[in-house]
Amino acid sequence: MSARPSVGFLGYRRPDGRVGVRNHLLVVPTVICSSVVSERVAAAVAPIGTALPHTAGCGQLGPDMHLTHETLAAYCGHPNVGAVIVMALGCEQVVAQTLADAARAAGKRAHVLAIQSEGGTIRATEKAIALARELAAELEQAPRETCDISELILSVKCGGSDYTSGLASNPALGRVADRLVDLGGAAVLGEVAEIMGAEHLLAARAPNADTAVRLLRVINRVESEAMALGLDIRGTQPSPGNIRGGLTTIEEKSLGATHKGGERTPLADVVAYSARITRKGLTVMDTPGLDVESVTGMVGGGAQAVVFTTGLGTPTGNPIAPVIKITGNARTAVSMRDNIDLDVSGVLDARETLDDAASRLFDEVLAVCSGRQTAAERLGFREFAIHRRNPTI
Amino acid sequence: MTGTHASNPGNPVIVISAGDNVATALEALDPGRVLAGGAGAVTVRDAIPRGHKVALTRVAPGAAVIKYGSSIGVATEEILPGAHVHTHNVSSARGRGDLAAARQQPAVAGRLAEPDNGRDA
Repeated sequence: MSARPSVGFLGYRRPDGRVGVRNHLLVVPTVICSSVVSERVAAAVAPIGTALPHTAGCGQLGPDMHLTHETLAAYCGHPNVGAVIVMALGCEQVVAQTLADAARAAGKRAHVLAIQSEGGTIRATEKAIALARELAAELEQAPRETCDISELILSVKCGGSDYTSGLASNPALGRVADRLVDLGGAAVLGEVAEIMGAEHLLAARAPNADTAVRLLRVINRVESEAMALGLDIRGTQPSPGNIRGGLTTIEEKSLGATHKGGERTPLADVVAYSARITRKGLTVMDTPGLDVESVTGMVGGGAQAVVFTTGLGTPTGNPIAPVIKITGNARTAVSMRDNIDLDVSGVLDARETLDDAASRLFDEVLAVCSGRQTAAERLGFREFAIHRRNPTI
Repeated sequence: MTGTHASNPGNPVIVISAGDNVATALEALDPGRVLAGGAGAVTVRDAIPRGHKVALTRVAPGAAVIKYGSSIGVATEEILPGAHVHTHNVSSARGRGDLAAARQQPAVAGRLAEPDNGRDA
């Protein structure tokens, strides 16, 4: 390999070789029935403690059950997590022990508590909080160490888009994705419905026909699903807010949105929801456009940090990964300032070039990966939603 | 995807790619305002809200509206230079199950037709 400049951040090197940017104690409910207890346990040791409250884990058909299990297991093994408590009820479909095994396989301490065998929710909560305090104290002692940027998988996301997204924030983020990949890192782009209309540009960046075909197949599936229902995708894409913001069609939204995946980075892979991202370069993940489900899946795939561009402003965070918000809309930068980390609106009135905006964003990503809190983290936004494709039975 | 696009101070619209037949308004535009352009001046016909698009050339019904150098949909009626270009005169060509149902025929012909519901994407 040719020599390249070493760019680093202060992260957590894990026993399995992966690198984290946070060191959370993760409290994972196996099922909706243990979600409230999990949140209470995590809250007792916040902000190091974080929970994954969800509405699944039982009454699910095969493919959805698989998706729930894979996603929860992926979070248990995620490098932003230092230790895991699995809160089970006791009679659910998700097998608690397999989640603990996923954490242990990554070299993390993991414990399972089942509410039905601990003598009820009060006893289970008390016991879990005592355990959480012990684990959190241990995690707080762990030092950050210098890690190379090539260890980073950055999720690129947009939401609440308006005309500024395609003109300023997405191209700035795309330049960051290109630079990250130049330095040996990886980026992941989801929301396949929002690639519709721009897939020809991404397919042209695939190194081989197989990767291009896998991309087109996923996009075709989403389009076919809308077709099969006899529905017009315009009912949701673009959203009413997008249309008020000046976006007319899904093609226009997609062309603006795909900027955030870089201008030249090769399309390295196309993966399923929450599936582990293993290739350098740009990976497309098959996620829905719904912000929280999309971010949940990309972090499940191993992204340690998210850059989320927004025109109108959104609160979305994640339980274990920092979500950096940037906007190209000067009004939103003021009206939603509590939620915005970086204002790149200067690109639109020539106060700043795209390259300068991208450079500031790159520095922000490194600072956040080294521990700087994002707006979403400060505000406690930790939304988590597992995608589902079938009815609950 | 497209080349660089620098905005100019004082220019109220931005054209992203050469060949685009619409520009994006960086501020609200009133009818009668003249937009200077490389290919000639365009007089704004309709009130254009900030962030919305204004036509730079005539677009015939059924012809593609071009932004970012790619089609963003087709004109549903004649669009004159200076007109507001939005959902009232542009229609998406994608994800239109409503049209497919009306025509009772597959609307994704020419594309890969094989659905893939597996996790092996």
